[in-house]
Amino acid sequence: MSDTMTGAEIVIKALIDQGVEVVFGYPGGAVLPIYDELFKQNSIKHVLVRHEQGATHAAEGYARSTGKPGVVLVTSGPGATNAVTGLQDALMDSIPMICLTGQVPTFMIGNDAFQEADTIGITRPCTKHNWLVKDTDELAETMHEAFFVATHGRPGPVLVDIPKDVQFADGNYTPPRNVKPRAYNPRVKAEASSIQAAVELMEAAKKPLFYTGGGVINSGPQASQLLRDLVDATGFPVTSTLMGLGAYPASGDKWLGMLGMHGSYEANWAMHDCDVMICVGARFDDRITGRLDAFAPNSKKIHIDIDPSSINKNVRADVPIVGDVAHVLEDMIRIFRSRGAKTDQAGVADWWKIIAEWQAKKCFNFKNSDTLIKPQYAVQRLAAAMQNHGDYYVTTEVGQHQMWAAQYIPFNAPNRWMTSGGLGTMGYGVPAAVGVQMAHPDSLVVDVAGEASFLMTMQEMSTAVQYRLPIKIFILNNERLGMVRQWQELLHGERYSSSYSEALPDFVKLAEAFGCVGLRCDKPGDLDGAIDEMIKVDQPVIFDCLVEKHENCFPMIPSGKAHNDMLLGDADEEEISNAIKSDGAVMV
Amino acid sequence: MDLKRGSSSHSAYHLRSNLPEGEERRTLSVLVDNEAGVLARVIGLFSGRGYNIESLTVTETDHTGHLSRITVVTTGTPMVLEQIKAQLDRMIPIHRVRDLTSEGPSVQRELALVKVANTGEHRVESLRLKDAFRAQVVDATLESFVFELTGAPDKIDAFVDLMRPLGLVDVSRTGVAAISRGPEGM
Repeated sequence: MSDTMTGAEIVIKALIDQGVEVVFGYPGGAVLPIYDELFKQNSIKHVLVRHEQGATHAAEGYARSTGKPGVVLVTSGPGATNAVTGLQDALMDSIPMICLTGQVPTFMIGNDAFQEADTIGITRPCTKHNWLVKDTDELAETMHEAFFVATHGRPGPVLVDIPKDVQFADGNYTPPRNVKPRAYNPRVKAEASSIQAAVELMEAAKKPLFYTGGGVINSGPQASQLLRDLVDATGFPVTSTLMGLGAYPASGDKWLGMLGMHGSYEANWAMHDCDVMICVGARFDDRITGRLDAFAPNSKKIHIDIDPSSINKNVRADVPIVGDVAHVLEDMIRIFRSRGAKTDQAGVADWWKIIAEWQAKKCFNFKNSDTLIKPQYAVQRLAAAMQNHGDYYVTTEVGQHQMWAAQYIPFNAPNRWMTSGGLGTMGYGVPAAVGVQMAHPDSLVVDVAGEASFLMTMQEMSTAVQYRLPIKIFILNNERLGMVRQWQELLHGERYSSSYSEALPDFVKLAEAFGCVGLRCDKPGDLDGAIDEMIKVDQPVIFDCLVEKHENCFPMIPSGKAHNDMLLGDADEEEISNAIKSDGAVMV
Repeated sequence: MDLKRGSSSHSAYHLRSNLPEGEERRTLSVLVDNEAGVLARVIGLFSGRGYNIESLTVTETDHTGHLSRITVVTTGTPMVLEQIKAQLDRMIPIHRVRDLTSEGPSVQRELALVKVANTGEHRVESLRLKDAFRAQVVDATLESFVFELTGAPDKIDAFVDLMRPLGLVDVSRTGVAAISRGPEGM
């Protein structure tokens, strides 16, 4: 069965048939036929962003909070190049995204036409795959293929570049049945023998540890449930990467907190000392491993990942398991139970005693103040207020505030935490909040921000106002690029090169100028009331929280150091300066 | 005659064996959809991730099936070589990746066109060497030859090396084409 329609109609029909409800985009010359078709229909909502980068992060927020792919529609040339940051961000964090770009007509490609860019060439390394469609008859199939690639295997961004003449021309529409690339067949079910080998290691483990990541979230809510079941069945402790927060609940009694450069003391020491590590959907990123030759030196490593190229990339796995997390965990639980659900209970109980000593360090404690708002205190109070409110979604920008948010805000369900992990994109949080709020119009959505990151994409407040999205921007304003300043203090002899904003807008007036609500707080005693007001207001809010300007983010594993070299907040200055040597300074 | 004794010993053949410690050389055969940009994807993967390419050949091998075959010779530590294969294998238009070096015996051949301009004794010597290497003359003038030579890369290295003092002008090499021995296909 096929119908003849224009290329622009095919695009819209394919989006509808793929179940798309929201598109984030920005029109321009080379996509006008598609915008014309959007105008004529009512089933897809279009969100007009203020910058194409905003469209990509909004789509990421939408995707991350729903499990569905995010869709972006932008024009040729600058529209496409502005989308590049978001594409790379989605690639690094494995977010399913379909980016549709307009292109100059086929007969003008290569002639340096107005708003022409080699979009395919530019986005080849920052997409999972991309296509230039030169024939309207191939458009429908390419669209369906794009959705397949974005959402199957390890998810990621794809891009379809559509010349304007292809949008105008007539072609055949084919429905999405059985459309997939002929050479792409990602494996979801793992070999039983490798799972059995993993279970055997787990049964004998004396110091086991689950190290979970964003792959658990990407695999779907069932994967998070299965992870909880497996943790309950084994009694093993669990830690998670930044991207995996919420897969295992922070309220769970086996939770050690996040691991990595700014992770918890207990999680990092447990990583270092464990004898069996069960890595579930994480990729041994350098923020996690620290110094590679001192990484968990006495452990056997089980690595579950849907992407074979993640296995043995940085750290050699003793038991590699290629498959989708949910499928693998289901099989693992079945095999574990069928063998009698055996663990070394005495060994694991001793392990928990060691962990309890690390937990007793209370690594997230900080010196509070009666006069100044400490950023950690602000995030703690925000977390308490959000928990009182009920369900909440949090996005972040990138920097100290992001780490404090990860440390102090508990996540008890997956898909509630949206942050730029791999790429570390400042400016992610505001548009991501727009995308999350579009998907969850009645939920509380808070962007924990720094004032510097916020300024990178703040124009999306205008989008939030237009679509009545009551996102809350909670700015920890220290008038500094806090994480840069922290590194300059620790690594560059306190030479604060360009990490201080000498001019900042009045964020309350800025909020008013955008047509939303501005709140400011600079006293610890006023904080709870102000946060409650922010949550209560049914409008977008910019909350300017003036915090201690020179607070550092601890705990910290200095770059180039091992997990058991981590610094706590109460380390004295000499200890800190000795810990960070020049050989570590070369690392980022 | 200004020919160094045993000149092939200091030729590229020697250099090819001399890999940094812990590194190996592999010949990979990669079956891909013959679509626009597929070669750019593969090359971009190698350059973007800092992998080496010693030789690369690509052409369509199945017109009706729209398939091309890429043969790439690369070097790296075993861990990096496994990464290269995994990174190639997950690309959407790539059907199969075979490691011809580690997965059993294979045949490797390269074709070279070698132009020498010479007269007199050098001309005679170059023709003698041509015979010794079983090369063909595909173009001749009174003061030049173009030789066509097929063989493993080190044989071509050796021949080119010998031609250098005999008036070597130009070399054009195809890069390595390779296939596994025995009845099995890719």
